[in-house]
Amino acid sequence: MMSPAVLLLLGWMLIPLGMTLYFSLLRYNLLSPGEESFTGLQNYKWFLTDPSFMESIYNTLFLVGGVLIITVIGGTLLALLLDQPIFGQGIVRVLVIAPFFVMPTVSALIWKNMFMNPVSGLFAQLFNFLGLQPFDFFGQAPLASIMAIVSWQWLPFATLILLTSLQSLDGEQQEAAEMDGAGALRRFFYLTAPHLARAVTVVILIQTIFLLSIFAEIQVTTNGGPGIASTNLTYLVYVQSLLQYDVGGGSAGGVIAIILANIVAIFLMWMIGKNLDA
Amino acid sequence: MGTITLKQVTKRFDEVEVIQPIDLTVEDGEFVVFVGPSGCGKSTLLRLIAGLEDVSSGQILIDGRDATDIPPARRGLAMVFQSYALYPHMSVHKNIGFPLKMAKMPSAEANAKIEAAAHILNLTDYLKRRPGQLSGGQRQRVAIGRAIVREPEAFLFDEPLSNLDAALRVNMRLEISELHQKLKTTMVYVTHDQVEAMTMADKIVVLSAGNIEQVGSPLDLYRRPRNLFVAGFIGSPKMNFMSGRHAERYNAHTIGIRPETFRVTTDQGADRTSWKGTVGVTEHLGSDTFLRVDVDDETLTARVSGELSVHHGDTVYLSVNDEHVYRFDEQGLALP
Amino acid sequence: MARAISPRRKVLLSALAWTIGFLIFFPILWTFLTSFKTEEEAITSPPSFLFFDWTMSAYEAVQRRSDYFKHFMNSVVISFGSTLLGLAIAIPAAWAMAFVPGKQTKNILMWMLSTKMLPPVGVLIPIYLLFRDTGLLDTRTGLVIVLTLINLPIIVWMLYTYFREIPGEILEASRMDGASLMNEVVYVLTPMALPGIASTMLLNVILAWNEAFWTLNLTAAKAAPLTQFIASFSSPEGLFYAKLSAASTMAIAPIIILGWFSQKQLVRGMTFGAVK
Repeated sequence: MMSPAVLLLLGWMLIPLGMTLYFSLLRYNLLSPGEESFTGLQNYKWFLTDPSFMESIYNTLFLVGGVLIITVIGGTLLALLLDQPIFGQGIVRVLVIAPFFVMPTVSALIWKNMFMNPVSGLFAQLFNFLGLQPFDFFGQAPLASIMAIVSWQWLPFATLILLTSLQSLDGEQQEAAEMDGAGALRRFFYLTAPHLARAVTVVILIQTIFLLSIFAEIQVTTNGGPGIASTNLTYLVYVQSLLQYDVGGGSAGGVIAIILANIVAIFLMWMIGKNLDA
Repeated sequence: MGTITLKQVTKRFDEVEVIQPIDLTVEDGEFVVFVGPSGCGKSTLLRLIAGLEDVSSGQILIDGRDATDIPPARRGLAMVFQSYALYPHMSVHKNIGFPLKMAKMPSAEANAKIEAAAHILNLTDYLKRRPGQLSGGQRQRVAIGRAIVREPEAFLFDEPLSNLDAALRVNMRLEISELHQKLKTTMVYVTHDQVEAMTMADKIVVLSAGNIEQVGSPLDLYRRPRNLFVAGFIGSPKMNFMSGRHAERYNAHTIGIRPETFRVTTDQGADRTSWKGTVGVTEHLGSDTFLRVDVDDETLTARVSGELSVHHGDTVYLSVNDEHVYRFDEQGLALP
Repeated sequence: MARAISPRRKVLLSALAWTIGFLIFFPILWTFLTSFKTEEEAITSPPSFLFFDWTMSAYEAVQRRSDYFKHFMNSVVISFGSTLLGLAIAIPAAWAMAFVPGKQTKNILMWMLSTKMLPPVGVLIPIYLLFRDTGLLDTRTGLVIVLTLINLPIIVWMLYTYFREIPGEILEASRMDGASLMNEVVYVLTPMALPGIASTMLLNVILAWNEAFWTLNLTAAKAAPLTQFIASFSSPEGLFYAKLSAASTMAIAPIIILGWFSQKQLVRGMTFGAVK
């Protein structure tokens, strides 16, 4: 009964992965098919020493790190706010959650054109109104702009997870602490924060897994440019493989991306594993 | 009819033998209670009889037939679970009727049986409701109704009253006993509450750590406990045990005296053998009062009439007739 | 807390929360409003908020330009198709793991989850080449297959957690009541599992609808779902804000509505149970 699922996933893992590994050891370009030759680790060497590789790594780190910081801090603050008694909490929740359900291509294009466009975007109009020069978001800070868009998309996720965690806080424990004389700030540091820490860790790990693979937002806004200013590792491999048709090099890049993701995954699996026992 | 026999039945989970080899016979129409502390194996034993667990060795005979390898559905038994285990998505009517549906009974016949069972259990007004809309006691009765319609060889009850509040528990106890009178079907009932055991059973099986300590009628177990365990388990409050020189006086390793057999007086009177002690905590129930009396190195519990005026710190004298002193040897077995 | 909160504090906090909520939601609201403007209206300065001539011209233009309906159907087929296929494979697996757990069950479950963490770019080339050579490129079938595989771990996982919540005693009771395995599954297990299955379905449809890596790379014209369709606005001609808004509104509206109902499922499915 388990076998179809297990076999399918096994196949999904082994076959394409195996092929990627295999290709990474070949000199294989789609423009000259039939001329593949074995080159060992050449592709890796070439890929790793290419300046665009390091640039893409920095960009990836910037993207992932930036989004994490914004969403975790913003998410925590928002979750704390939403956990307070306020009027119409349900509706506010719904407003805050909505961006997560917008497809990436839509959110990227809406932000780029209707908000960040230096001539007709809303921000430009706002800047003009305030007497400032409009800022060319995508021209001058393409990577940061993408980071802002992705943060908008993932803030709801972090907020929702952290809010869920907050709402599972043991009310009786808080009351006991209050009886013991702990004020609001101390209760936060000794009770709330440790409880939240676990949820924050989960949010960081899960978001990282997904953020490493940011793709659509880059493709529809900058195509990785100008130059490679907004290219992350995923996009670099994509360009290599499907635009430059370099299957060998692209595969090597793919393997490297997998290794990086695995490192994060190991931590996540450890956390989940601890939870399965609970 | 509904006889159940266990022959050398054991049960092992991994390496642990939770049920030691057990021989037991439940006669047709008997109300048998398995009682014992948590973890003694009483629920496991019930589940072995039901067929929800397989025996590790031994035989289970139902009505003389070897049922050891027969699946639960075909053993002709019905079980009432501690959590009632009602089907939440079905109405009371469908819950009770489910076993009949599984037996492919035609609906006219089934409806008649369902209504009859509902009538006995006062559920007729609730037939269309779902379990979520019922109180604990009502859900209890639906679970019993579901068992009744199957007209089984025997009913199995797994601590059915544990989830009810105290008052309801007393009521349901009576209802189940009355049900037994009416249906005259064999019932095997598991509980950790010795009051339930004493008041409901024809025969009690006292279990401890997978072993049968004693089998007998309630009064049998009360008057003639075979060992220390049974003596201390049956009877509330617990029997007082003393060893050392108190026991030596009676030629035993340990002696036991039930709180209700003490005579309590405020002066020594003629009896030179009484124990002198100071009253500690007193529990007034109105009809009775229970005293905790500190005597030398022991603390004894005594029951006195609620009328007697005794207070914390008073000096009292406890005496008892010889025939009310239980004597036990080093192994804890009762001496005649 | 049942204690009195100062009304002033509640009002202040509410105002803050509503302001932030509104700001976060604003881009979506703005898109919706702009979709009813003319192209010229869409770029007026200062921007008009509610008081303008509402018109459906943008919607008509979008439909005329590139058969929005076809792309919508592609999205529907791909998300529902991969969800149903995923459920068909996952239900037996989750059943086995929840009710007949073996020593390896936990490990298998963890391994399944780990496959979700594979960066898609790592298998982009082989899948692309395989699909090209088997004629699956730019087909709905191909996408259904890929999306089923990438979401299978989440589906199995969610079903597993829902199945485990069904009290074992109820299944035992059905066995005592004479139910065969088949009867047990049909009359007791499935009805009790239905809410969990529905929740899983809901979340998965949302995830598949919004999936943008494989849908962008493996489709061109025929099987392109809405993600791809919207992407075509990245190199536009002329004024296009209203049209972009109209296309976007149509693309995201169904999912936002579904999303509002699926918050709990989102937490359960996306954190793999690590947050309760």
